[in-house]
Amino acid sequence: MSFRARHLLGIQHLAPDEIRAILDLADKYVDLNRRSIKKSDALAGMTQINMFFENSTRTQASFELAGKRLGADVMNMSVAQSSVKKGETLIDTALTLNAMHPDLLVVRHGASGAVNLLAEKVNCAVLNAGDGRHEHPTQALLDALTIRRAKGRIQRLTVAICGDVAHSRVARSNLILLGKMENRVRLIAPPTLMPAGVAEFGCEVFDDMRKGLEGADVVMMLRLQKERMDGGFIPSEREYYHRYGLDAEKLAHAKPDAIVMHPGPMNRGVEIDGEIADDINRSVIQEQVEMGVAVRMACMDLLARNLRAERGARAAGVMV
Amino acid sequence: MTVFLENALIIDPEAGTVTAGNLVLDGGMIAAIGAVSAPKGAHVIDCGGKHLAPGIVDMGVKIGEPGERHRESFRSAGLAAAAGGVTTIIARPDTNPAIDTPEVLEFVTRRAAESPVRIHHMAALTKGREGREMVEIGFMLDAGALAFTDVDHVVTDTKVLGRALTYARSLGALVIGHPQDPGLSKGAAVTSGKFASLLGLPGVHQMAERIGLDRDLGMVEMTGVRYHADQITCARSLPPLARAKQNGLDVTAGVSIHHLTLNDLDVGDYRSFFKLTPPLRPEEDRLAVVEAVASGLIDIICSMHTPQDEESKRLPFEEAASGAVALETFLPAAMRLYHAGVMDLPGLFRAMALNPAKRLGLPQGRMAEGAPADLVLFDPDAPFMLDRAKLHSKSKNTPFDGQRMEGRVIATFVAGRQVFGEGNADA
Repeated sequence: MSFRARHLLGIQHLAPDEIRAILDLADKYVDLNRRSIKKSDALAGMTQINMFFENSTRTQASFELAGKRLGADVMNMSVAQSSVKKGETLIDTALTLNAMHPDLLVVRHGASGAVNLLAEKVNCAVLNAGDGRHEHPTQALLDALTIRRAKGRIQRLTVAICGDVAHSRVARSNLILLGKMENRVRLIAPPTLMPAGVAEFGCEVFDDMRKGLEGADVVMMLRLQKERMDGGFIPSEREYYHRYGLDAEKLAHAKPDAIVMHPGPMNRGVEIDGEIADDINRSVIQEQVEMGVAVRMACMDLLARNLRAERGARAAGVMV
Repeated sequence: MTVFLENALIIDPEAGTVTAGNLVLDGGMIAAIGAVSAPKGAHVIDCGGKHLAPGIVDMGVKIGEPGERHRESFRSAGLAAAAGGVTTIIARPDTNPAIDTPEVLEFVTRRAAESPVRIHHMAALTKGREGREMVEIGFMLDAGALAFTDVDHVVTDTKVLGRALTYARSLGALVIGHPQDPGLSKGAAVTSGKFASLLGLPGVHQMAERIGLDRDLGMVEMTGVRYHADQITCARSLPPLARAKQNGLDVTAGVSIHHLTLNDLDVGDYRSFFKLTPPLRPEEDRLAVVEAVASGLIDIICSMHTPQDEESKRLPFEEAASGAVALETFLPAAMRLYHAGVMDLPGLFRAMALNPAKRLGLPQGRMAEGAPADLVLFDPDAPFMLDRAKLHSKSKNTPFDGQRMEGRVIATFVAGRQVFGEGNADA
């Protein structure tokens, strides 16, 4: 097995063969999840704590289900409304949890780098479920799995990522992953929603959506946060939809068999037309949700294997 | 007591020379210099052929008094300064409360007596550093304030600023500005660009500094005030600075040692000890600013010593406090510029001692008969590994922790009295 990492903090630290290893294992979990008895014992006896400093129903549910199907004891901590409000620091919260001997810590936090900071302070495996505008590795991996299953490969594809790139950790992780797997990435956004220095990332940058979609195999739409819609970054919701909302006319510029993706939750009529989102021939948005559970199972399984190997080696007195 | 320092390599920042010789210190002053012999009864110190320079005059040191004494006291800052070859600290008024009345100024002046090195104070330009009403500039000058600054709080109301500068000009007071457009820099943790985008951290464009400087220079031209820009850190800010000087405005500029020796990539994996105000810049900016110091366009190198406790740094990068301690690492960090061949030793001490003293009207910074005997004896080549736990500062937030450095202070003298090094009177 080529996946050796202690934590999964970002795509940045993964090598292409590690990404492939995760996707291959995730494929097996997709099969498991489609059976009537969806149970494995990969995490039996292990404790998984989901620590979400930012509210998220979908991602938390996906991680919870993934852990339970692997046989872990799963605990959800809604940190958004607990001790953090009482002034406890991130590190103190981490140390408190660490004392309960969890094996896997799934963390989402609003500040970039917060999960890295936390990972330095605990003994268990840490899985980044999204930190600020930095990374959201399992999202990029589930997107990769979705693409690989729909297109038969995850290299030499033209992928257009469109929307609020500047504030999106999903875009960042996808950009890095798709680059590592040798795809052609295009970023499409109004210039106010494009991060600085992005042209140096080895991708093409467009502010004209039709040009950006030309010949794309995959169209990945990003969610536009409500608070960014009015006046601050873009003039209005309707102007945004007019210029950057994905509808049939704009999608016609992509390849005829291009697939449409969205990390959810969608704003229908803001970044994506409802009919496109529901078009079973183009949209793989529901598949993404399904792949999410499988990819998270694969990631946690691999991290648990490394954790066991490390503990076993330490018990045997071997330096690791 | 008469002290005789023999066998030294004497750095003279005014003459730009390094020459072998001896020094006689008497009555707190340099009494004789050059090929002199030991006066009768003098305490003889053998410098062992090491370098002797005027002690550093550090313009812009944050000390936690009043308000944050757990981060730094006058005593701990003084010990750190002595260990770093800093013989004069120019303390910042960004305390809690701010140094904005003659009474607070008198308090800190009294407290500063416990420091082994000299301490002078700057005062706030506006009350509470809030940018609304000017402080009692006249009283504060009388009470010993060397300059007026709101530090990193930019006075946004140009009417208020204009009046404060005009009033300061009438008294000949020096005003120190922080060139930064507060709109653009609001919420920023790093310099914008590829690296900031990769880390997902909010960035500020270099143009924010340039716009801030342009505005300040306009205000200087309008009021005729004596002005110093605390930190010029971007290539884009250099042409307007050069123009202002050519046009005869009474303007000087400084830069922190960190901006001369580190760049934005040093932040690495969200290392909050590298979070500074303004943020570290890309390498192109660093190189341009180093060149500007070497050419004299930027006059002064300071430490921008900013003690922060562990708790305020052990946070996600965006939430972590800004600033780094530097009194003790100032000289070894500056030696990086010497070893890189971009500046010579007299040039460095011109920017670290002579120029700040001149700008503030102090007699320090000179290696001449009759100058104060504030000196640092050091070995620019002595290598060591920095261990932050060993710093004298109460706060240990240095970006140089664990790094290899060259340049060790052997002894520090203030007014002819040894305050650091073997055989030091305080030890």
